[in-house]
Amino acid sequence: MDDAKQLEAFEAKIASGAKIEPKDWMPEAYRKQLIRMMSQHAHSEIVGMLPEGNWITRAPNLRRKAILLAKVQDEAGHGLYLYSATETLGVDRTELLSQLHTGKAKYSSIFNYPTLTWADIGAIGWLVDGAAIMNQTALARGSYGPYCRAMVRICKEESFHNRQGYEIMMHLAQGTPEQKALAQDALNRWWWPSIMMLGPSDDQSPNSDQLMRWKVKMESNDAIRQRFIDRTVPQADFIGLTIPDKDMKFDEKTGHYSHGPINWDEFFEIIKGNGPCNAKRLKARVDADKKGAWVREAATAYAAKQAKEKQVA
Amino acid sequence: MTDSQWPVWEVFVQANPGISHKHVGNVHAADAEMAIQNARDVYTRRSEGISIWVVPANAISASSPEDQGAFFEPSNDKPYRHPTFYKIPEGVKYL
Repeated sequence: MDDAKQLEAFEAKIASGAKIEPKDWMPEAYRKQLIRMMSQHAHSEIVGMLPEGNWITRAPNLRRKAILLAKVQDEAGHGLYLYSATETLGVDRTELLSQLHTGKAKYSSIFNYPTLTWADIGAIGWLVDGAAIMNQTALARGSYGPYCRAMVRICKEESFHNRQGYEIMMHLAQGTPEQKALAQDALNRWWWPSIMMLGPSDDQSPNSDQLMRWKVKMESNDAIRQRFIDRTVPQADFIGLTIPDKDMKFDEKTGHYSHGPINWDEFFEIIKGNGPCNAKRLKARVDADKKGAWVREAATAYAAKQAKEKQVA
Repeated sequence: MTDSQWPVWEVFVQANPGISHKHVGNVHAADAEMAIQNARDVYTRRSEGISIWVVPANAISASSPEDQGAFFEPSNDKPYRHPTFYKIPEGVKYL
């Protein structure tokens, strides 16, 4: 079959709702775009462990500590599902990690903000994981089988992350005035970064028809952002916290909340590497990789030795 | 030594007694023992399984998607392999 015919069959398959599997024919642009998106996503899960890991030793009680440990462990698992899924496209994990460590690959802008207080752990679960779920449930309906299957697993697990975060915020908001102020301060700092992490607005990020047709992208950034805002604002109201946007109001006509202007300069600065924690996050990853090298080498040597002994026996 | 991140193992999990192991994904590991431990941590954090198999990914041979049509075609024209092919008069029981 020539390329034009292959492409036609590929697009027909996607239009029919069938999934594309690793050994199926796919256009090079599809493969490249997926590798870029999926590896960014994997890197985000791994780097995302850092801001939360910062509070494991200082969680306010054993219950919170056990929960946070489980959550951070989930993020590691999510990174692994996603690296596996990306590898099905013919790229190996060593290469993907080296792209992260050399700064060639990006990860989500949100993880370049610091976690200054315990309330930030609540805000991350509630807002950051909440926003991620919006994006990921859309991606689970995409066309690439391994990515969709990873998304389904991840969304199921993220739902606990989201709820435990809200629970932290709820408890703080119902606590002493100091605790409530802590929750409000975390919301103030995380709100805008959370709505920005869903990506540039549609006029700055034209969705290529091709990516939509190929079901690599399922919905526009603004559409996902609007759904996140609509669901989150009443949650804040319920626990008596205030969204830090004086222009935020419910529009009876559209049935949606309208928000004030987003500071996209801040977003693009972070993407460029100039956020508060970019250098720190990258250094932590590179150090962990270097310091762990001897473990990987030792395990490889041990496996080789065991295999040899088995042969002799 | 180049850092290979270790070989890939495909992971199969049995969710409950009496049913077959099902493919759930893969892990990187230096040997089979580590592959089973990693698979436990990655794929069964919420009691999803009672048994795990790991298989070196390069040991798996698969049918080719291009030949899918021709390869499975021989079974498509044999509806008489299904019980619903046979018309049995109403009133005949246990058939």
